[in-house]
Amino acid sequence: MTPMKQVLAHGPSIAWFVIGPETGNILVHRRSALVAFIAAVVVLGLVLLALRLGDFPLTPLEVIDVFLGRGEALVRTVVLEWRLPRAVAAVVFGAALGVSGALFQTITRNPLASPDVMGLANGSYAGMIVTLVVLGGSWPMLVTGSLVGGLATATVIYLLALKDGLQGFRFIMVGIGISAMLASFNIWLLLRVDLDVALFASAWGAGTLNTITPATLIPTGLSIFVLFCLLPIVVAPLRQLSLGDDAAASTGAAVGPARLGAIVIAIGLVSAVTAVSGPIAFIALSAPQISRRLAGTAEVPLAATAVVGGLLLLTSDLLAQHVIPFSLPVGVVTLVLGGLYLVWLLVREARRTK
Amino acid sequence: MQPPAFALWIVGILSLLLAVLVLSILVGANPLSVQTVLDTLRGHGTTEANYVVWTQRVPRTVAGLMVGAALSVAGALVQSYTRNPLADTGLLGVNAGAAFFVAIGIIFFGITSPSGYVWLACLGALVLTAIVYTIGSAGGEAAGPVRLTMAGVALGAVFSGLTTGLALTHPDAFERMRSWSAGSLLERDFGVLVPIAPMLICGIAISAFVAPRLNSISLGADVARSQGVNISRTQALVLIAVTLLAGGATAIAGPLVFVGLVVPHIVRWGVGVDQGKIILGSLLFGPCLVLMADIVGRIAVLPSEMPVGVVTAFVGAPLLIALVRRANATGL
Repeated sequence: MTPMKQVLAHGPSIAWFVIGPETGNILVHRRSALVAFIAAVVVLGLVLLALRLGDFPLTPLEVIDVFLGRGEALVRTVVLEWRLPRAVAAVVFGAALGVSGALFQTITRNPLASPDVMGLANGSYAGMIVTLVVLGGSWPMLVTGSLVGGLATATVIYLLALKDGLQGFRFIMVGIGISAMLASFNIWLLLRVDLDVALFASAWGAGTLNTITPATLIPTGLSIFVLFCLLPIVVAPLRQLSLGDDAAASTGAAVGPARLGAIVIAIGLVSAVTAVSGPIAFIALSAPQISRRLAGTAEVPLAATAVVGGLLLLTSDLLAQHVIPFSLPVGVVTLVLGGLYLVWLLVREARRTK
Repeated sequence: MQPPAFALWIVGILSLLLAVLVLSILVGANPLSVQTVLDTLRGHGTTEANYVVWTQRVPRTVAGLMVGAALSVAGALVQSYTRNPLADTGLLGVNAGAAFFVAIGIIFFGITSPSGYVWLACLGALVLTAIVYTIGSAGGEAAGPVRLTMAGVALGAVFSGLTTGLALTHPDAFERMRSWSAGSLLERDFGVLVPIAPMLICGIAISAFVAPRLNSISLGADVARSQGVNISRTQALVLIAVTLLAGGATAIAGPLVFVGLVVPHIVRWGVGVDQGKIILGSLLFGPCLVLMADIVGRIAVLPSEMPVGVVTAFVGAPLLIALVRRANATGL
């Protein structure tokens, strides 16, 4: 029984409380809220740690001084211009990817449906490699190329999937088809270029935060913020969607527009992140699954997923920067860390059922 | 549209397969006339023609046949068993395990020949699937397919992350991995194909055996039990079959993920939901797709070749998209 059905059948149980009526009766699941809160506290602690660590180690007091407007000029530069943008980027990008994955998984009701398998990342990657190979490419050009690639791919998938409205299954199958072609195209391009170019492209293709500067962070962060602000419009009808299209329509939810809105937001979130950091794999797939298991809900809890996504990327980036002895793109660490954590959750779940 | 009779479909696919097999022997980057090829097959060829036909085209045609059939049947089993139309043969960790072992072999043991990769890939596929199965099946059969899917995804991520990490920090291994991971049928001689063949035959035999049981399971665990189906044994058999088939195929050609995903969808549209029919259809249609892709790859970018893994997606994906754009596209 899904929580939604439970609520419909028995009214809000103790596990649920209702905020409202002025906020529109949003159901909040207590354990999801707790998961989100705890993860947020850990994120804050890790951000503080990220600001301290590096070639120029700082004490917690020095970091706090900077935020109170004190401290030496050098320390201020290190904290505010070097370390803060990267830490903020990790949290915000992780949150964006997690939410985007949660939206895809809710729309399609399939845990394998993530933007990773949907061709968007491969589209951005193809755009980046073409720019790199054909134009030689400075950094802003690569970012533009990847953004154009991602959005063009999304448009093609959307147009091909559109027929008598947008159906979740058709959308994702078209996405997988396009993704497979783009992945092959990327492999083909990489086989033809020099080893250094291929290595550079592959490192970007795994996803990296090495190139974050305030200049790239601010526009990306703002777009993500705007997209997050649009979320409440689509979330309520989406909850109904998890009951199935017909049931949702019978409760009066505007299924079509809500789904389209959710897809647009999800694609926007992935494109914004991928344009500056490359396709960071697996957060979109794993963060919703991890937070769902931690919260013990049947549906993916959005807020908790956002915080878990941020936590996952920030932790991975700290490990990539300070613990692993050689330079690795953060996306590689994310794969291993997220994968191991999910395995551990599955094992724990299995023990409990026994 | 009412699907035509099953027999008609099978005859259609069989004729397509025959045509593709003939084409695969006749067409290549090294142009030979039809007469020359026929002479060579009868044993009257020149040295050069003998080389082209007997050491290049015939083995790679057989390789394409084996790989296409194995991956497609494995894909049909995985999709049916996990009840997830997005599942592919890589889902249980076959590709991630194979790639990881190949990377380890290149970096730490200096293995650099395709025939060396075959056994590494095979071993890697077997080992990782065993781990996925252990984690996925813990906690009882009821949680089986869903937890197995997540275990496959999670472990696949861990190992592909490790492989990428290894490759990015060892440029020479990266160089070799990038051609292996494209997937190719080039230079797969009988010394490689013959030892793999028994694995694939076993896998296909098991698939034929479990097909009716999968039909019962798709009606629900209770119905299946009442029909005398042993669910956990069926689960184990499905996984053994998938591992043998996908592991063997990946050992031969490298990771060709898309074949196992797309072929069952195409076949299902034609023959309906009966698992036996889907498996038979996949067995015959899979080689068509792989060999067509391989033929295109041989002549698309003369004088060089495009690896079959690159072309497969361009042959299969438009078919898949055309299919799901039809009315009434459904899951499984």
